[in-house]
Amino acid sequence: MSPVMRLDRRGFLKSAAGGLLLGFQLSRGSKPLAAAVSDNKLNAWVHVGTDDYVTLFIHKAEMGQGTVTSLSMLLAEELECDWSKIRTEFPGIDRAFGGNQGVVGSQSIRSSWQPLRQAGATAREMLIQAAAQKWSVDKSQCRAENNAVINTASNARFSYGDLAEDAAKVAPPTGVALKDPSQFRIIGKPRKRLDTPAKTTGRATFGIDVRLPNMLFAAAARCPVFGGKVGSFDAAKAKAMPGVKHVVQISSGVAVIADNTWNAIQARNALAIQWDEGAHANLSSAGIRKEWVELADQPGAVARQAGDAAVALAGAVKKIDAVYEAPYMAHAPMEPLNCTADVRADSCEVWASTQGQSAALQEAVRVTGLRPDQVKIHTEFMGGGFGRRARADYIGEAVEASKAVGAPVQLTWAREDDMQQDWYRPASYTRFAGSLDADGWPVALTGRVICPPFGGLRNGVSSTAVEGIVDTPYAIPHVTVDYHAADPGIPVSYWRSVGYSQNTFFAESFMDELAAAGGKDPFEFRRKLLEKSPRPLAVLALAADKAGWGKPLPAGHGRGIALVNNIGSFTAEVAEVSVIKGKLKVHRVVCAVDCGHVVNPSGVEQQIQSGIVYGLSAAMKGEITIDHGRVQQSNFHQYDVLRIDEMPVVEVYLVPSQAAPGGIGEASVPPIAAAVGNAIFAATGKRVRKLPMRLEELA
Amino acid sequence: MAAVQFTLNGKQQTVDAVPAMPLLWVLRDSLGMTGTKYGCGMALCGACTVHINGQPMRSCSTPLSSVAGKHVTTIEGLSPDGNHPVQRAWVEEDVPQCGYCQSGQIMTAAALLAKTSAPTDADIDEAMRNNICRCGAYQSIRKAVHLAAQLQAGGKQ
Repeated sequence: MSPVMRLDRRGFLKSAAGGLLLGFQLSRGSKPLAAAVSDNKLNAWVHVGTDDYVTLFIHKAEMGQGTVTSLSMLLAEELECDWSKIRTEFPGIDRAFGGNQGVVGSQSIRSSWQPLRQAGATAREMLIQAAAQKWSVDKSQCRAENNAVINTASNARFSYGDLAEDAAKVAPPTGVALKDPSQFRIIGKPRKRLDTPAKTTGRATFGIDVRLPNMLFAAAARCPVFGGKVGSFDAAKAKAMPGVKHVVQISSGVAVIADNTWNAIQARNALAIQWDEGAHANLSSAGIRKEWVELADQPGAVARQAGDAAVALAGAVKKIDAVYEAPYMAHAPMEPLNCTADVRADSCEVWASTQGQSAALQEAVRVTGLRPDQVKIHTEFMGGGFGRRARADYIGEAVEASKAVGAPVQLTWAREDDMQQDWYRPASYTRFAGSLDADGWPVALTGRVICPPFGGLRNGVSSTAVEGIVDTPYAIPHVTVDYHAADPGIPVSYWRSVGYSQNTFFAESFMDELAAAGGKDPFEFRRKLLEKSPRPLAVLALAADKAGWGKPLPAGHGRGIALVNNIGSFTAEVAEVSVIKGKLKVHRVVCAVDCGHVVNPSGVEQQIQSGIVYGLSAAMKGEITIDHGRVQQSNFHQYDVLRIDEMPVVEVYLVPSQAAPGGIGEASVPPIAAAVGNAIFAATGKRVRKLPMRLEELA
Repeated sequence: MAAVQFTLNGKQQTVDAVPAMPLLWVLRDSLGMTGTKYGCGMALCGACTVHINGQPMRSCSTPLSSVAGKHVTTIEGLSPDGNHPVQRAWVEEDVPQCGYCQSGQIMTAAALLAKTSAPTDADIDEAMRNNICRCGAYQSIRKAVHLAAQLQAGGKQ
């Protein structure tokens, strides 16, 4: 078979998939692509095939966080299906899935915990009802077990496949009781990921892997200065380059559409564009910082006020203050942004690795002017998201390009585009002051946060810019936090763990400074201040215990501890580092987590590991800087990330809990920078107050 | 444009394209073999790793013209049915999260094991340090490489 034929066949299959009914079979990857999904849907999440396979429709998206597996576990727990007979698919957008489909804020388990168990239980009752009707017995005489319904009087059984067609005709019952957690067989037990086989053979289809018949490949040039736009352009040279089919202006710049991505990028690079650079052409990191340093002397909008910190500070026995800083950060997911769109006169199909399916739909509707029911969003695997893929800017570009040329177009961002046209984690400049009583315990704490707002302002405060500071879990009598919504014009948005990503570094480092000023052990200091907060106290104590807190370490080594309460979970980390001849090495990280009821313990451990690495990359390496309104970093040689030879041993301990599930994808990111910084202080007596950590700059 | 012949996953392949076009895009866009991933385009991240005459190479920085007459193996051709010891170990250790870098990780690990049958942690660091994983699956990758070495030696079934 020629390569071209292979491409066509693959494209045909993909196209024939049509979104709702066909797609991936993650667990049974070697089976034919066309699943036997027909009319036998029991509800929006569950289809039972006459072949006895159960298809679970995963309405969230998968960016590595394990949703395909964990959501399947929620459904399967109540459905009583055979785990080896599960297929999963990403469905289209459906009202049954709530108004806003997407994966942000570590919400998937929290928002699915109840409805997906309910969906599984309801489907199971429909299968039981179908069996009872076939046997003409009362359904109380039937029970479901391992993909079959059993007649408890006769021991007769029908497989789910036998019941599929009849069950689909049963009216869905309401208010089906859910299992008591003591009866769980699946939830709470480690379960391997359903997507692993596809992801170890190259078969998993990410957004960038979508191939359609007659599809063209595009790359776009965007103004290097934020907020700038196209003045004029000359496409003559680009149009003469190999494989180039079209050059079109789109809202964000100029798109080159070619026969492959490489040709598109080469021709994009050859475009002669006069940019209207707009208002930000002189923006620089140094200039931004200078303004913020001056702003820090002015009072800001009050974000939290408890007691009277100003009075308490004025009369303090001992007072310390410190300034903390964190840079803009890019998300840098492994899969550069891309989207595939096929816009026709009366329809639009979008294939995207996206964290925001509903946002993608809205964007496609906006660009095409079509009705929502004329637009179909196909969810593909994401090669990482970390918040970046919650934006729909890259969706709109592909839709515009396809609409302009009347053909399916895959528009891919080069890595340089991805890094230089991000919606960044905002930089922040934060000043603390704190006071201690004669015994060395804190009396007052003030924080002044200067950080671009994101997620809206309320009474002058961006809650995401101050989270992690206003919600200190420690018992401190007088706390004031105020905020300046400084906005230099660099696009900012959600970055894994959002405000906590920098603010927990600030707050937990300053707690360490207060402990040191009061002559207290950092763990004992925190423990005392958490006496009335059992959940954070428990993770703190567990992490300290497992890390061997207080036990002797070799010369040049130190331990640091830090804590966060975000996304409904509690996470404490102890880092053990060495600083020898000026070189930092993180040897070990012990992490204790209380995320409420755990669905997949091995998935939780993966996410904790993952968040620690993401946080370490930011703490030790990452920094986006601006000069002349442009991002100076373009690729991984200038925006380095943690490598395998720098990976510490990570140990994860879960606090058993029957509390409602918390989030997990963002739980372990916030404390790691502070834990490492505090460990550096323990090892060297030098305090890290600025990210990324540069030991040579420490006083 | 010039026709270039090479062996791809054991089969003769002829591609007519710009000679400077990187092998990565030939595989992905011309031949529709999308298991090999684009990550950086500058041989910085390792997501595009393939074997060329058995050596791990960054296909994003390998011009098509340079593979003329050579043997290229991609993730799709590493084993007939995903049962290479590295792939089995990856499944056993449940390594992938988002999974995007894993074709490159697996190809790099397979090349390491072909030349070093029982790699130490230092060998793994040396061979794998230029393969970036933004999900941070490094601890699992290390365990899986050790397991793959055992599987390859037939010491563990």
